[in-house]
Amino acid sequence: MEKLMNWVDARFPLTATYKAHLSEYFAPKNFNFWYYFGSLALLVLVIQIVSGIFLTMNYKPDANLAFASVEYIMRDVEWGWLIRYIHSTGASAFFVVVYLHMFRGIIYGSYRQPRELIWIFGVLIFLVLMGEAFFGYLLPWGQMSYWGAQVIVNLFATVPFIGEDLSILIRGDYVISDATLNRFFAFHVIAFPLVLLGLVAVHLVALHEVGSNNPDGVEIKKHKDPVTHRPLDGIPFHPYYTVKDILGVVVFLIAFSAVVFFAPEMGGYFLEANNFIPADPLKTPEHIAPVWYFTPYYAILRAIPPILGSQFPGVAAMGVSVLIFFALPWLDRSPVKSIRYRGPKFKIALTLFVIAFIGLGWLGILPATELYTWIARVLTVVYFGFFFLMPWYTKNDTSKPEPERVTLK
Amino acid sequence: MSNENVDRSKRRFLVAMSSAVGGVAAAGAAVPFVMSMLPSAKALAAGAPVEVDLSKVEPGMQLTAEWRGKPIWIVHRTPEMLDLLGRHDDKLTDPNSEKTSQQPEYCKNPTRSIHPQYLIAIGICTHLGCSPTYRKEIGAADLGADWPGGFFCPCHGSRFDLAARVFKGSPAPTNLVIPPHKYLSETMVLIGEDAKA
Repeated sequence: MEKLMNWVDARFPLTATYKAHLSEYFAPKNFNFWYYFGSLALLVLVIQIVSGIFLTMNYKPDANLAFASVEYIMRDVEWGWLIRYIHSTGASAFFVVVYLHMFRGIIYGSYRQPRELIWIFGVLIFLVLMGEAFFGYLLPWGQMSYWGAQVIVNLFATVPFIGEDLSILIRGDYVISDATLNRFFAFHVIAFPLVLLGLVAVHLVALHEVGSNNPDGVEIKKHKDPVTHRPLDGIPFHPYYTVKDILGVVVFLIAFSAVVFFAPEMGGYFLEANNFIPADPLKTPEHIAPVWYFTPYYAILRAIPPILGSQFPGVAAMGVSVLIFFALPWLDRSPVKSIRYRGPKFKIALTLFVIAFIGLGWLGILPATELYTWIARVLTVVYFGFFFLMPWYTKNDTSKPEPERVTLK
Repeated sequence: MSNENVDRSKRRFLVAMSSAVGGVAAAGAAVPFVMSMLPSAKALAAGAPVEVDLSKVEPGMQLTAEWRGKPIWIVHRTPEMLDLLGRHDDKLTDPNSEKTSQQPEYCKNPTRSIHPQYLIAIGICTHLGCSPTYRKEIGAADLGADWPGGFFCPCHGSRFDLAARVFKGSPAPTNLVIPPHKYLSETMVLIGEDAKA
């Protein structure tokens, strides 16, 4: 066995890679609950790729056949219903996990220097994931698929000057059609997954270069053992955190299975009722709403009225509401990273942001009445206020001093 | 090999030139791929005009035809409906159809039509492309007591009157588009072609 390993190591850095990324990769010893979601995101990615491969074996990306092929998977393919429900539940689970993972980054300042690039790669992953989810949602070719895609593609048509041509280029037709379905299939199963895997790889390479942040937001590399040069507050990722993450995986899979088996439609939030009707280009459903993970941004879009006869301001606000995450490392001027040592201003701002995000998400599901539109406007201001006022309120906050070493509580 | 007699500026020039030429080649190679995403010849050919028989549409009723994959509404407006049209100009964004891109010249009139009793419009909301719902009942409970009948977009709440003109305060910025059309006889209309051609 040892001879075999030597033979491999002389040709491929197997042992060195194992040590660098697992057995001698030192992670802070004070990780808590919030640190489950990174590894869970990786798990969901694997679930989506595997279930997706099996779905493509029976799915037909053709406007005349797509809807029926999905029903064929659900009724006639052995275990097809399970594979499809795993994939559709996985899409929502991905966003649950990623939103919690991002929230962890915000509360512990994981985006701060020297982890700006990890954060930027992460936001790129989030963007690609949104695209991936959007393309995937057209594929069942139901009413929601069709009209949701119609609305989203028309967002691009509002860009001044080039918008109309841009939307035609995306659709490959003047309306959402077979050409659109076919290319969205290509993006969904090949283009975006490849980009996603590449981004996940660089996200992890960057993470393992600088090392994980932790709930105290202090650098464990500042205090190393003088002899071994290992961080005093670090423990090897394997076995300590692999075992911890396995517990997370077990709990996650219990919840995931409960949804797959008992509530795959999740009351219309994971799979919308209107999507069980085949796409009809001549009739919009009475009430259309995006899937839950897009609703906060959708509510922002609806909240902005047209300005100078153009839709573009609302679309631009929606775009900014997602892209603003890129700027977070430079907006935050606090001397400390973790919420544990931050002052009341940041805590209030973050609480308001969470209320605005969830509130907008809720409003995005509801029909647009005058009252709801006004509430959405207020929450949109709060949402942007969290980011644009951040340099001010983080700088003038009364933060507590950070400890030298990590704490265990 | 010694590096002492290297002409660095020549090296930089060569690297810059090869990168530039390579970049142009890459951009050129991308052209066919981007062009392949534009509508195909088949999609372009699908835009032929369609004939609709108006005699099927009872007064007050709506018929939806299809042209270029889009819903085309034909509403047979009753005299009462036409009478109500002029009474809410102050609530409209563009009551006189000033925006020329939204209708052919021959429909720039108070009823936005050739024959006032027939409204012919593309049923795609100018907001984000949903298809609004025909709501003819005056003062509908969910649309307010002053609702004069018209179209309501379920996606984002845009409101249009029975001449497909947008009400102020709607997310939609402009009136619905009136497609080019011409009458072949009293009851036959050809959608997609002007009379002038």
